[in-house]
Amino acid sequence: MNLGMILEMFPIALMFGAPIVMAALGGLFSERSGVTNIALEGIMMIGAFAGASVTVVLEPITAMAPWLGLLTGVAAGMLFSLLHAFTSIHLKADQIISGTALNILAGGLTIYLCQILFHQQRTRAFSYGLRKVTVPLLSKIPIVGPMLFYEMYPTFYVAIALVVVTWFVVFKTPFGLRLRSCGEHPQAAASMGINVYSMRYAGVIASGALAGLAGATMVLTQDIQYTVTSIHGTGFIALASLVFGKWNPWGVLGAGMFFGFSQTLSYYAKDIKILASLPLEVFYALPYVLTIAALVVFAGKSVGPKANGEIYDQGKR
Amino acid sequence: MKYRTFFAVLLIAALAFTGCAKEEKAAPVAAKPAFKVGLVTDLGGIDDKSFNQGTWEGIIRFGEENGLVKGTDYKYLQSGAEADYVPNLSTFADEKLDLIVAPGFLFANAMGEVAEKYPQQKLMIIDDSSVQKPNVVCAVFAEHEGSYLVGVAAGLKAKADGKNVLGFIGGMQFPLIEKFQAGFEQGVKAVYPEAKILVDYAGDFGAPDKGQALAQKQFNAGAYIIFHAAGGTGNGMIKEAKERSEKGDVRWAIGVDKDQYTDGLYGDKSAVLTSMMKRVDVAAYEVAKMTMAGQFPGGQTLVFSLKNAGVGIPNENPNLSADIVSAVNDYAAKIASGALVVSEIPAK
Repeated sequence: MNLGMILEMFPIALMFGAPIVMAALGGLFSERSGVTNIALEGIMMIGAFAGASVTVVLEPITAMAPWLGLLTGVAAGMLFSLLHAFTSIHLKADQIISGTALNILAGGLTIYLCQILFHQQRTRAFSYGLRKVTVPLLSKIPIVGPMLFYEMYPTFYVAIALVVVTWFVVFKTPFGLRLRSCGEHPQAAASMGINVYSMRYAGVIASGALAGLAGATMVLTQDIQYTVTSIHGTGFIALASLVFGKWNPWGVLGAGMFFGFSQTLSYYAKDIKILASLPLEVFYALPYVLTIAALVVFAGKSVGPKANGEIYDQGKR
Repeated sequence: MKYRTFFAVLLIAALAFTGCAKEEKAAPVAAKPAFKVGLVTDLGGIDDKSFNQGTWEGIIRFGEENGLVKGTDYKYLQSGAEADYVPNLSTFADEKLDLIVAPGFLFANAMGEVAEKYPQQKLMIIDDSSVQKPNVVCAVFAEHEGSYLVGVAAGLKAKADGKNVLGFIGGMQFPLIEKFQAGFEQGVKAVYPEAKILVDYAGDFGAPDKGQALAQKQFNAGAYIIFHAAGGTGNGMIKEAKERSEKGDVRWAIGVDKDQYTDGLYGDKSAVLTSMMKRVDVAAYEVAKMTMAGQFPGGQTLVFSLKNAGVGIPNENPNLSADIVSAVNDYAAKIASGALVVSEIPAK
């Protein structure tokens, strides 16, 4: 392992890391408001399907097609997450059951829509998706340039911006304070005149927007079309990042990048002397093994929102 | 409630009896005036630009040459789920078609089941040799021979352009895919012994993200041309080659199974140099012909190689110069005649 190899791994790791960070930020909004959102995976699928479809259709017309695809992914994610919000907030359904239902629904629904739109079990292949960019000037900086600014997907910068925005909104604004209070002790928040229902709706819809964006980002940077395996568990890795990152935007950024790197390491492992003697299968399993290891080591010390996953009952004290 | 139970029992009984009746009738009696052949597709559907479509094209060619009627004499059934394989094969078997074709090793289990249920039915499975039944013919391909040819093409192209690193990306590392690697390496070394070949296995046939990451790694390491034998995973590699070429950093991809030229299109150019084609259409056509002539090779495994045009590069190769194409054809002739033997196992 040398410096050149590490520099080379950066753009690949950040390509894998960006959607994980986005989806985990989505989870952060939802869980900070007190609603567990294990539907991140399903919402990502919906966002990916919407993003890929719009890109395929608009690509011959406009060069902005992938960006419009991302926006559609956001909108579709918000719409889909409303289902979770409605069942778990309004109907007081168990949030885990509701999220699981959404995850199952997403796979069937997207394939069904593909059949209607494209007459096959996946969307048609788009010819480009998002393209990598090289940032002028910054890419010339030694070491940092090739790591962060040379041939990078622009969605990585979007993810970084979202981390900053999320941190600001959740920790520096009155809205954020109200949101967090609903996740810690909704009855106390309500006693101060906060509408717990609408705060929780806002949290879940924000998570839908971010997970939808994450799904669209993933399909437009790492795939050539949406298929039922396009997301392959990234939503759950995002959930793990949320725990690992202790429900904090900066922690989430670090955790997301950690998972991106663990995946990239599996591609480079056979070129690294001390790792080369291990069988290939070890490296295929590496990202998942590291996920479990990270959770075991850090989960005990993680402090989540107190009322996360708890159905809001006005009469409870 | 009582009536419902009664009807349910009646229904089950009716179903069971129809099943029996059909099996009893399985022995053929009536003389067949025409020849009937059916294709059962896998989940990809008839227009998958791959195995299903290719096999269907072979059957269409056979049908047209013999004046058969499409839709009655030769037809297909699409499978919407893996659970449809056995029912679809059985439907055609009940219709007593003269030959039923299934493309792809995914059919192996269903094929074995149907072959036992309908011992008189002539069946064919493509790209699999595990079904050992007297009424099933297996068709497999000499992938190492076709891969040798694309290796020759890649080696000559790299040499002409002054590049000395090439790459191979496999789906999963097992003997079938290693045949591609072995053939490619031997082909490259035959014309360009100094070339270095990078080899990576993605561990997956359906993950374009992995293909893209491995392609970035190999291209960063200087690979000029990458050959993939990784199905959907390879699409990510082609995408990466396309994006780099479009930005002026010219890199090439070599496709697999079918002619992937159109997958690599950017503007009016393509990043796909050539493709290692498995001619499933040839396999389906040849077996249908043999069956019609009364020479159904049941229980055998047929190998489609360069000798019978079962593997090879596409007829049209806009990205290859005439010199390279003629060199490739020379090697193809040598392999077909047996003068040159390609090993199936990668040199270690």
